[in-house]
Amino acid sequence: MDYITIDGRCVPIEGEKNILMLIRKAGIDLPTFCYHSELSVYGACRMCMVEDEKGRLMASCSEQPRPGMVIRTNTKKLRKYRKLIVELLLASHCRDCTVCTRNGNCELQSIAFKVGIHDVRFKNTKELEPIDLSSPSIVRDPNKCILCGDCVRTCSEIQAVGAIDFANRGAKAKVCPAFDKPLGETDCVGCGQCRVVCPTGALSVNTNVTDVWDAIADPDVRVVAQIAPAVRIAVGDKFGMPKGTNVMGKLVSALRMMGFDKVYDTNFGADLTVMEESKELAERLEKGENLPLFTSCCPGWVKFCETKYPEFAGNISTCRSPQGMFSAVVKEYYKEQDVADGMKTYVVSIMPCTAKKAEILRPDNFTDGRQDTDRVLTTIEIIRMIRQAGIKFDELKSEAPDMPFGMASGAASIFGVTGGVSEAVLRHLAADKGYIAFEQIKYSGIRGTDGIKEATFDLNGREVKLAVVHGLANAGKVLEGIKSGELSYDFVEVMACRNGCIAGGGQPLPIGPRTKAGRMEGIYQVDRDSQIRVTDDNPIIAQTYREVIAGNEHKLLHRTGI
Amino acid sequence: MLDKSYYEKVDEIIAGYGTESRFLIPVIQDVQSEYRYLPPELLKYIAGKLHITEAKAYSVATFYENFSFDQKGKYVIKVCDGTACHVRRGTDVLNKLREVLGLKPGQSTTEDMLFTLETVSCLGACGLAPVLTVNDNVHPSMTPDKVVELINEIKQQEVQA
Repeated sequence: MDYITIDGRCVPIEGEKNILMLIRKAGIDLPTFCYHSELSVYGACRMCMVEDEKGRLMASCSEQPRPGMVIRTNTKKLRKYRKLIVELLLASHCRDCTVCTRNGNCELQSIAFKVGIHDVRFKNTKELEPIDLSSPSIVRDPNKCILCGDCVRTCSEIQAVGAIDFANRGAKAKVCPAFDKPLGETDCVGCGQCRVVCPTGALSVNTNVTDVWDAIADPDVRVVAQIAPAVRIAVGDKFGMPKGTNVMGKLVSALRMMGFDKVYDTNFGADLTVMEESKELAERLEKGENLPLFTSCCPGWVKFCETKYPEFAGNISTCRSPQGMFSAVVKEYYKEQDVADGMKTYVVSIMPCTAKKAEILRPDNFTDGRQDTDRVLTTIEIIRMIRQAGIKFDELKSEAPDMPFGMASGAASIFGVTGGVSEAVLRHLAADKGYIAFEQIKYSGIRGTDGIKEATFDLNGREVKLAVVHGLANAGKVLEGIKSGELSYDFVEVMACRNGCIAGGGQPLPIGPRTKAGRMEGIYQVDRDSQIRVTDDNPIIAQTYREVIAGNEHKLLHRTGI
Repeated sequence: MLDKSYYEKVDEIIAGYGTESRFLIPVIQDVQSEYRYLPPELLKYIAGKLHITEAKAYSVATFYENFSFDQKGKYVIKVCDGTACHVRRGTDVLNKLREVLGLKPGQSTTEDMLFTLETVSCLGACGLAPVLTVNDNVHPSMTPDKVVELINEIKQQEVQA
């Protein structure tokens, strides 16, 4: 077998595309800013430089391994080199670490520590630029950007949005939208994947923590929380628990301790979505209109479709997302009680997603002009609040969410992963709801990490073709295929983020392959642990349709005005 | 919003190349030579036609010093600030021009939109130093006095025209 020698050890070449992969395989944690296995190789940060036996330096990320190479990763020259690179990066970096959202969780900070920088000899001559707060989802602080380009490549290669790019060159180079417009005025879909790859605090979540603390402190406000499926398996990350651990019970206790009046489960909203979306699919199939039906759970996808492919906007389901349905129903449920108690119900939804912050502001998600979801907190914000409250999360006892909207099916819990919405809908539509039938749905091809998955199922004798897509670049490919007539489906599930909400823009970092796998397994475990595997069996659904929705499906559960 | 004719002109230019993204630079070069600047409003339109994002087109257009989103004067004066011109007092020529044209700091185009003053790093004519060009006409061995003459000449031409 071919091998190369890294720091005196032989490392076999097993299809690795670059030396960096071999170095990491050899158990050496070479620091990088601009290398991500899912993105194209960029070679900008120069942190992964290695030295060959002749003393030549090369960037290992963009160098192909050749059999017999002899590489060293930690020589005097390289240590000096790396240190200088980081020192220069720090020289033009806004170093307000103690008040930065990434403090303690920043790659620049940790690499600076790792290479041993204790002093920056150069003065920062860069003028401070204003912070861009225009997007409800993402905050852009150009002063913290180190120009690694990870966000630029993610936005264009993974998401096909391309809202930001490099501008100018040399010392004036920066990452910004065209004409340095505010992010909120661009095609940015708010998915937050740029923030997931950003090694510094240059891109961060637009936070609503203070608003929520204020609402909790107000005695006249009934603060109601809903917790999304992908939150419960990610919060534990930051409290030393294994990746993918379901901490719903602890989260419920923590929220009660913080002062939330009611703690419910967004999965209930997902069950409502299963009901409405299945109905819509059946109707469209019958009429043969507006097919394929695209899912509408993911606000990043909805905006992507509306801005880049407006010709398909009519194919998107008119259903509100689970978050939207949930809030509308809860506000309706408390309407009379609010008047009687002289209170105001305030819905806080806890989401893995930054785009949800924009979704709640869309007038088509309002009921009679009222904003149904008051604030969205991402997973990292709720973690921040737990820490602010001084709660020892890992020591908490589990508690169950409140009734009635705390009860949901296992089918709803898998909404947090790619293929989950389809699987939940298929379970609902299946005539046979036995264990074997559900296993067959599971293995029909809708699970897994492939970017575009296809499956067919039989609905009352009609063969229905569906596609499950994640990552907006993949969604773009599917839409182009449908446009050209190459592809044809009846139902298409789209999640903007690769792997679904488990890797959403508001989730704790880092989100590498192991984290994704752990969270995916965690979500499926929630489903396996559920006694109720299919929406039909959730008794609260029928009760809610009867007593709360009472014929107002269109007003409460669908996007109005379309 | 720009006049419809601008978009028609862009369509015409793109028709001459094709709608592949690799034609971005020649297309925006042609647009710039048509209008003496790159109207910012057109960038999104051009990007859309070439299947790239506006941010990417902006990235390319700002990378090259030659592209300008600001409207330029009828006469674009490029003063060479290369090494040879610099040591032969090119800076005096530049300062005199700024004075004669009445340009404030940070301003490069006169208010009557007649002149735009720019510096370039080297015109590749070091033997003629200090050198400047007015709309691609080369003026060699410039002095502050000759600059005043040159500007007056152009202004007179304009009055007569």
